[in-house]
Amino acid sequence: MQDAIAIRDLVVDRGGRRVLSGINATVPYGTVTGLLGPSGSGKTTLLRALVGVQVVTAGTVTVLNHPAGAPQLRHRVGYLTQAPSVYADLTVRENARYFAALQGRSAAQADQAVTDVGLRTAAGQLVATLSGGQRSRASLACALVGEPELLVLDEPTVGQDPVLRAELWARFHAMAAAGTTLLISSHVMDEAARCDQLLLIREGRLIANDTPAAVRAATGVDDLEEAFLRMIKVNEAGTAGREAS
Amino acid sequence: MNPRILAATTGRILRQLRHDRRTVALLVVVPAALLTVVYYMYVDQPAPPGQPAPFDRIALVLLGFFPFIIMFLVTSIAMLRERTSGTLERLLTTPLGKLDLLFGYGIAFGLAAVVQAAVAAAVAYWLLDLETAGSSGLVILIAAVNAVLAVALGLLCSAFARTEFQAVQFMPVVVAPQLLLCGLFVPRGEMAGWLQAVSDVLPLSYSVEALQEIGSSAEATATMWRDLAIVGGAAVLALVLAAATLRRRSG
Repeated sequence: MQDAIAIRDLVVDRGGRRVLSGINATVPYGTVTGLLGPSGSGKTTLLRALVGVQVVTAGTVTVLNHPAGAPQLRHRVGYLTQAPSVYADLTVRENARYFAALQGRSAAQADQAVTDVGLRTAAGQLVATLSGGQRSRASLACALVGEPELLVLDEPTVGQDPVLRAELWARFHAMAAAGTTLLISSHVMDEAARCDQLLLIREGRLIANDTPAAVRAATGVDDLEEAFLRMIKVNEAGTAGREAS
Repeated sequence: MNPRILAATTGRILRQLRHDRRTVALLVVVPAALLTVVYYMYVDQPAPPGQPAPFDRIALVLLGFFPFIIMFLVTSIAMLRERTSGTLERLLTTPLGKLDLLFGYGIAFGLAAVVQAAVAAAVAYWLLDLETAGSSGLVILIAAVNAVLAVALGLLCSAFARTEFQAVQFMPVVVAPQLLLCGLFVPRGEMAGWLQAVSDVLPLSYSVEALQEIGSSAEATATMWRDLAIVGGAAVLALVLAAATLRRRSG
């Protein structure tokens, strides 16, 4: 079976600066894949390339067997932007119902998505009056409402309290078990352990594309943050070696 | 375009407007209040021989102008908010077509302009004794088409604005020349040739001419319908250009 996402030699320049330099990666169907890397490493740019809103300098991005951004994908891919992209002057329910209508889903399905992110009691509240964490969950509800085959989530758990964060991760895994593919970015390494697959990026380069177990085995350490640091060192030594020779 | 998505988008924009009670109040009250000011400015001015009273002449043009100015501003800011809040980026990953979004704005703010123009016209005709030979319904129709033109130009200009400051600066650029050269201050036929030529390519000149036709003729004239078609055509052209400047992919 082919992969849900296949990225080949992806290069992206933004504002005259190389943000992604030659990314090669795959994401299998029905997994929760974590895209991890420090702030400014190119995570958001990679996700934007996947949903087809990023101008790409070189390389190909294939999503569900179509080129990223193809019209056929627009009801099969859900995208959560990093900053909550919902209408502040609408209620949570109105936002969810609007994005549901765009995907041909019913108002009842929209209300269910609002309940799923734990905002049932705040459904009638204007988004402008919500807390930061609630606002990003309102935004998440609008990404979930179309029941897409691929969910691209840019830092969905930032600003959520630990209980909610655990609930959200449980929901993500339940969705993956039901066949949805999820790609979730985070700059918090302790979330890496919750993923089936990891994509580690730093300064626009992919450092690892493997399972957490394989990353641990390759580096010989249990802590994924420590493992990530070791991989960076190995990677930099390799780059320096190539440049010197 | 998809009728379901267009309807959902129009409804969403109207819902946003409805939640903003202060904006709704300003939209409805301000034109009527300004017309009242104009009424008292001209109340003692005699009518030139063979011409309509000054208030009738000016109020008629203003009824078409208010929706143009206000809807241009409202649209520029609304579209800029879509860009800066990330909702536009998200919308462009959904099945929504560019024209669904642009026509959604055109229809929603066009409807708001009809309400605004109807209130302003009601005040002008019933309280301020505005007299026109033609029907007030046609005045509201032209006001609505002006508003759609303003929405289309606002959508187009918002593509060239990165910030609210820039967006607001487009208002004098787009609105002021059309106000100065539309024939309200100096009849178009009496302007210098090059000013006339500029005036000829500005759509508002035609909507002012259409309003003046309503002012002087009991029945809708062929000139009025032609002018209305020109303004409508300019609105469609601006919407198409706005669609061309709206890119799914950005750098």
